[in-house]
Amino acid sequence: MSDLGWIDGALTAARPQAIGALLRYFRDLDLAEEAFQDACLRALRSWPQKGPPRDPAAWLIMVGRNAAIDQVRRRSRQEALPDEETISDLDDVETPLAERLDGADYRDDVLRLLFICCHPDLPATQQIALALRIVSGLSVKQIARAFLVGEAAMEQRITRAKARIAANSTPFEAPGPVERAERLAAVAAMIYLVFNEGYSAGAAEQDDRAALPIEAMRLARLLLRLYPAEPEIMGLMALMLLHHSRASTRFDAAGEIVLLDDQDRRLWDRRMIVEGLALIDKAIRHRQRGPYQVQAAIAAMHARAERPEDTDWAHIDDLYVALEQLAPSPVVTLNRAVAVSKAKGPAAALAMIEPLGDRLGGYFHFFGLKGSLLTQLGRAAEAREAYGHAIALAATPAQAAHIRQHLDQLVKESAAQN
Amino acid sequence: MLYAFLCYNNEDAVFSWSQAEDEAVMSALGKVRAPLERAGRCGPSARLMPTTAATTLRKDSDPPLVLDGPYAETKEQLLGFYVIECADLEAALDVAKDLAKANPGGAYEVRPLRLFHPGALAPEAMAR
Repeated sequence: MSDLGWIDGALTAARPQAIGALLRYFRDLDLAEEAFQDACLRALRSWPQKGPPRDPAAWLIMVGRNAAIDQVRRRSRQEALPDEETISDLDDVETPLAERLDGADYRDDVLRLLFICCHPDLPATQQIALALRIVSGLSVKQIARAFLVGEAAMEQRITRAKARIAANSTPFEAPGPVERAERLAAVAAMIYLVFNEGYSAGAAEQDDRAALPIEAMRLARLLLRLYPAEPEIMGLMALMLLHHSRASTRFDAAGEIVLLDDQDRRLWDRRMIVEGLALIDKAIRHRQRGPYQVQAAIAAMHARAERPEDTDWAHIDDLYVALEQLAPSPVVTLNRAVAVSKAKGPAAALAMIEPLGDRLGGYFHFFGLKGSLLTQLGRAAEAREAYGHAIALAATPAQAAHIRQHLDQLVKESAAQN
Repeated sequence: MLYAFLCYNNEDAVFSWSQAEDEAVMSALGKVRAPLERAGRCGPSARLMPTTAATTLRKDSDPPLVLDGPYAETKEQLLGFYVIECADLEAALDVAKDLAKANPGGAYEVRPLRLFHPGALAPEAMAR
C-alpha cells in the first residue's frame, strides 16, 4: 500500500473519534466537521514528511481544534494568527491529550456522534444518510449512489436532516447509565439499518451499495471496542458477519437471487463465519438474551450446516420462538413459519401464517412464502394467486424474476398433469 | 536464535482496509515469508481476530475474573505474530524491516524466544 493509502486509512479510522471530540469542544456540527477537514489537509501535508503520529486521532483533534479556534479568531479579526509552526509542532501536546482520550469522555463522544444521527424525528433513510456522511465520511456522491438518487437531492436531504438535529440538540453532558443504554440501543438499530440498506439491494445495485454493509460492520466494531461487554452489540456484530459471509453467493451470474438452500456454501467467507461464531460464544456467557443475539444464533445454525439438509430446523424454530417473545412482529412469525415448514411440514406452516394476512397484506415475502407452501401442498390454483400478489409487490426486478420462475414451474407441472 | 515478531497496528485502521488493500498486504507479507520458509527458518505464524473477539481471564483474583476484550487497552493492538530463526538481532531487525515494508503503520516487537514447543496440531484442528 502506498503512503497516501495508509494515511487515508488512518484518517478514516480516526474520523468518528476526532469529530466526536471536536463536536464536544465546539458544540456545533458544521464547525466540528470543518475543523476535521482542516486537520486532514494538514495531515496530508505533514505526515508524509514527518511520518504518521503515534495517535492519529489525538493529532487530528488537537490540530483541528487549533485550526477552528484560529478561524473563529480570523472571523472576529481580534487577534493575529499564530504561525504555522506553533500548530504543526505537536510533539509536546500530543501525549497528555492522548492520555485523556482513553477516558470515558472519548467513548461518550463517539456514542454521542452516532446517537445524534438517530434522532427519532428523522426518517430511517435520513438517519442512515447522516451517519454515512458525518461518521463514516462518505461523500454525498457516494451516498446518493447508494440510495439511487441524484446528488443534489441527497445534498438537500442531508442539509435538512442536519438542520433538524441542530434545532433539537443532544445534551453534551456525559450520559447516565440508563441514557447510555438507550443511546446504545438506538445506535445499534441505526447501524443495522445501514447494513440492511445495502443488504436488501438487488444484484444490479450491489456495486453502488457494497460500501453500506462494510461501513455498518466498521461502525459496529468501533462500538464494540468502546463497549466490549455489551452482549447485544456482540450479537449485532455477529449477525452482520454471518449474513455478510454469504454475500458473494446471493446472486448468480445473471443477477438472479440464489436462495440459501441453493447457495454454494464452499464460497461462504469462513473468516467472517468464525469471527461471528466467536462473538456469539462470548455473548452467551452474559446470559442476557436479546434480539440481535438470537438472530445471530439463527444465522449461525445455517453457517454451521455444511449442506442444506444438515440444517437443524427444529432448533431454528426454538430460536424463533425466543425471538417472537423478545421482539414480537408478524415478520418474525413469518420467518418462523419457514423453519416450521421444514421441521413439521407445509400444512403447519400455512396454518401459522394465514392469520397474518391482515397485517402482511402488502408484504412481498408473505405472498412468496404462501405461494411456496401452497405449491408444496398441491394447491396450485391458490399458489398461482399468491405468487401473483408477490410479483405485484416485488421491490426489485430480481425479486419479481425469482417469483416468476416459481410460477413458470407451476404452470409446467400443471400442464404435465393434464 | 528464534525470534518472535509481534505485529502491532491500529486495528481500527487495519479493519478499515478494503478487501483489495487487505489482500495486497497479505500477498506482500507472503512474499517476505516464502524465502524464509524455503530456507527452513520460518516457524508458526498467525493472524489474530480483532480484539473485539478477545476475552481475558484475570488470574490475580480467586476465582479468576473473566472480562470481555483484550488484556491491555493500547493505541495499537497485537494483531498477529511470526516465529522466525535469525542469526542475531541485526538479522532479525532486517526481517522486521522487510515485513514493515509490506505492512505499513504500527510496529513489530522483536523478542527472542526462551522456550519453543512446535506443538502437534492435527490437520483437522487447523482446518477448523
